[in-house]
Amino acid sequence: MKIGVPKEIHAGERRVATTPDVVRQLIDLGFEVAVEAGAGAEASYSDEAYREAGADVVSAARDLWQQSEIILKVRPPEGDEVDYLQSGQTLVCFLWPAQNPELLKTLTERGVTAMAMDSIPRISRAQKLDALSSMANIAGYRAVVEAAQHFGRFFTGQITAAGKIPPAKVLVIGAGVAGLAAIGAAKSMGAIVRSFDTRPEVKEQVESMDAEFLMLDFEGEDGAGEGGYAKVMSEEFIRAEMALFAEQAKDVDIIITTALIPGKPAPLLITAEMVRSMKDGSVIVDLAAEQGGNCELTEPDQVVVRDGVTIIGYTDLPSRLAAQSSQLYATNLKHLLHDLTPDKNGEIVVDMEDEVIRGATVCIEGETTWPPPAPKISAAPPKPATEAAPPPVKETRKPSPAGPIAAVVIGALALLGLGAVAPPSFMAHFTVFVLACFVGYMVIWNVTPALHTPLMSVTNAISSIIVIGALLQISSADRVIMWIAAFTILITSINIAGGFAVTRRMLDMFRK
Amino acid sequence: MLSAGIVTVSYIAATILFILALGGLSHQETARRGNWYGIAGMGIALLATILGVVTQHYTILLVALLVGGSIGLVLARRVQMTQMPELVAILHSLVGLAAVLVGFANFMDPDVHFEGVEQTIHAVETYLGVLIGAVTFSGSVIAFGKLSARISGKPLLLPARHWLNLGLLLGAIWFGREFVVQSAAGDGMLPLIIMTVIALLFGIHMVMAIGGADMPVVVSMLNSYSGWAASATGFMLSNDLLIVTGALVGSSGAILSYIMCRAMNRRFLAVIAGGFGTEGSATASGGDVDGEIVPIDADETAALLANAKEVMIVPGYGMAVAQAQHTVFEITKALRDKGVNVRFGIHPVAGRMPGHMNVLLAEAKVPYDIVYEMDEINEDFPDVDVSVVIGANDIVNPSAQEVPDSPIAGMPVLEVWKGRTTIVLKRSMATGYAGVQNPLFFKENTRMLFGDAKESLDLVLKAL
Repeated sequence: MKIGVPKEIHAGERRVATTPDVVRQLIDLGFEVAVEAGAGAEASYSDEAYREAGADVVSAARDLWQQSEIILKVRPPEGDEVDYLQSGQTLVCFLWPAQNPELLKTLTERGVTAMAMDSIPRISRAQKLDALSSMANIAGYRAVVEAAQHFGRFFTGQITAAGKIPPAKVLVIGAGVAGLAAIGAAKSMGAIVRSFDTRPEVKEQVESMDAEFLMLDFEGEDGAGEGGYAKVMSEEFIRAEMALFAEQAKDVDIIITTALIPGKPAPLLITAEMVRSMKDGSVIVDLAAEQGGNCELTEPDQVVVRDGVTIIGYTDLPSRLAAQSSQLYATNLKHLLHDLTPDKNGEIVVDMEDEVIRGATVCIEGETTWPPPAPKISAAPPKPATEAAPPPVKETRKPSPAGPIAAVVIGALALLGLGAVAPPSFMAHFTVFVLACFVGYMVIWNVTPALHTPLMSVTNAISSIIVIGALLQISSADRVIMWIAAFTILITSINIAGGFAVTRRMLDMFRK
Repeated sequence: MLSAGIVTVSYIAATILFILALGGLSHQETARRGNWYGIAGMGIALLATILGVVTQHYTILLVALLVGGSIGLVLARRVQMTQMPELVAILHSLVGLAAVLVGFANFMDPDVHFEGVEQTIHAVETYLGVLIGAVTFSGSVIAFGKLSARISGKPLLLPARHWLNLGLLLGAIWFGREFVVQSAAGDGMLPLIIMTVIALLFGIHMVMAIGGADMPVVVSMLNSYSGWAASATGFMLSNDLLIVTGALVGSSGAILSYIMCRAMNRRFLAVIAGGFGTEGSATASGGDVDGEIVPIDADETAALLANAKEVMIVPGYGMAVAQAQHTVFEITKALRDKGVNVRFGIHPVAGRMPGHMNVLLAEAKVPYDIVYEMDEINEDFPDVDVSVVIGANDIVNPSAQEVPDSPIAGMPVLEVWKGRTTIVLKRSMATGYAGVQNPLFFKENTRMLFGDAKESLDLVLKAL
């Protein structure tokens, strides 16, 4: 089948849906690939590079759309592109079916099979297809770069001959993929990074990146919703949260907000009041600008200065890092196509039984299949599963206290019985025996595990002390006993010499 | 001729030296001295007994000592370090055999005579000494056969084997009673012989039912038995030196068995009952592992290792089988010269005997201060760039922690998957001893290097 990759026509879009490297991999899967002339130019991939990788470079968009059975795109089709679509074609791109019901209807009517990269279910198997995470990662990184661009000082602290430079303080709100990427980037530039999230389980991830996790002293509310995303919190929680932000706003130099709740407008976290309280020259990067913004004063796609604070509301951060995001997005698409062509023969099979493919497919053969049924497994496993796990192990391992008590009682009775009948000479030996067991117990626990093998060979050698028994018997007048004793001495002396010698050999090998 | 008092004092000295010998093994630095203490103790005990107790047949005695001693020295010199478990097993069998022989000789000795309760106790002591000795003997011989691959390492599971064991035990008890009763009347040879045969069968059956990877438990258990056999013989001969030494060895072996069982998260009885992996959900939870196997070749492995800062090597029985420890050391040296921090992580039950891996690495001249125990090293894995798993499987299986109904659930394992990259050297995709699929092989950051461990590592070394 032929894959067509058109040039993106959305204003300002620099990304492209495939790269020369990925073209090669697609050809390995049995596909033919055609790329529109200039498609990768903005992302620094030349037509020449695509041609070298084995792709046809087609100059007219219309031709490309007509000859391809599969279209790979970044943005949803718009304008002429919608008219180019033909029945039976497969379209893979970001579609946002919830926001674009009209488009979904058109696609369905045209008989197109459409797969939305934004509808890939968030399960572990599908991580390699998760284009949203790829893009969020880039957006988080780029947010820090944008902030650095507009921030008038260093991120890192320094002590120079010309005076001391304090490090910048960065607050990242929302520690999802984008938030963590922002934390990593800001941290590696040397800033002091703090982060807040309504889901307490991300604390560990934040701390693993060496950032400080701001805890809200608030009992019993967990912000984790379905699929690892956040959910709407209670009013008291939000009040406490806002108080925390108000306090932080006075202290930090840069705020990066990434708070989103699926299917809702972005929560308002930074009020005009807080912006006013920030130091002059501070920067806010609002990654939620497209969904209305986390900051009251954000203007989508604009950089505005309010009360001395620069507020960046770009909605196209991934596109501003076009080469990187094209590469990741193309790889995500490649993984999807890999899953779609089980036989690697260049023929795609849309298997609606497959949870991942089912989730991505929003319409097929004139039928709308969006929204998909709820995924069976969410990205963050529900808590009961992890808590329920240990008990079966514990049950089998926790013996009832009756067992040991009974054993102690029986042991004590047996010893008392023995003491009642046994002669004193036996009891003397028995005392020695019990004490020796305890000495052995104490001494052996100190043996380092690395020397367990020498321990065994040396104990084996000294257990040949049984030779004493044979020595006591060898002087017997009885010939049979004498020969038995002689044989016993023979085999035990093998043991004595062999055991000690091999122990010595082993111990000589242990060296620093 | 030494007086009885001097002999006793010599025995006390020998006892103390034996305790010091075991105490010396707590550190590598003092271990060599410890071994000398042991030799000195044994020498003193032998001398005192020969000079103080033996009255005739000196020639035969000396010939037996010299011949046996030379055989022992030759064995010790010739044995390869990978064969240590076999050697230890066969030496155990000799102690067991000696206990049986001493017991019989003592029983036949007409000079030994007791009355009343003492007679009963003496008969029980004799009986126990022979019983434990016989089990140790036949069990060790079978263990030797399994370890040296003369007998298949697979557990032999007879039908109704638990009942069979119970029957043998009851038989041993019944003949024990017979023996005590008959020996009071000056007879009892027949029940003693029958019981010895029963004990031999029991030893064979017990070890036959235990699989290869449970061998560390078996070997240390037999070690313990050989001690108890010596102790029982000591009771029989009213000799405190034997009692003390036997008790020291017995408790040492018992502790080792306990440590091994804990390292596998299994109960001692369950190991002894044998037949691991045949009951319950052993194979059920294995199959459905999600993910792909990513193979790697030697050149890539070398590149990964050379570019790493922290490397952890996790050896298993496969390294011993392939005799790869010397190549491992060469690689370690090459990497350390490049400034890579190479360390070793050892699981307590890696190999076929407690401490097996440590001995192999020591043989290959790996310095012991870069060889760490599981508990010391496990929390360092997140900082490790490359972990190399050589011929190990169950001891690095994440399902021990992640899958609650897995047969190895709860077993402590080396958490290699927490490192950045794991390279697993393996001959094929076969499951480990427990018959459990290993999800580690399917993890995103795991690479498989298929082939014989030694050949693969030689190629890696060349590429370095």
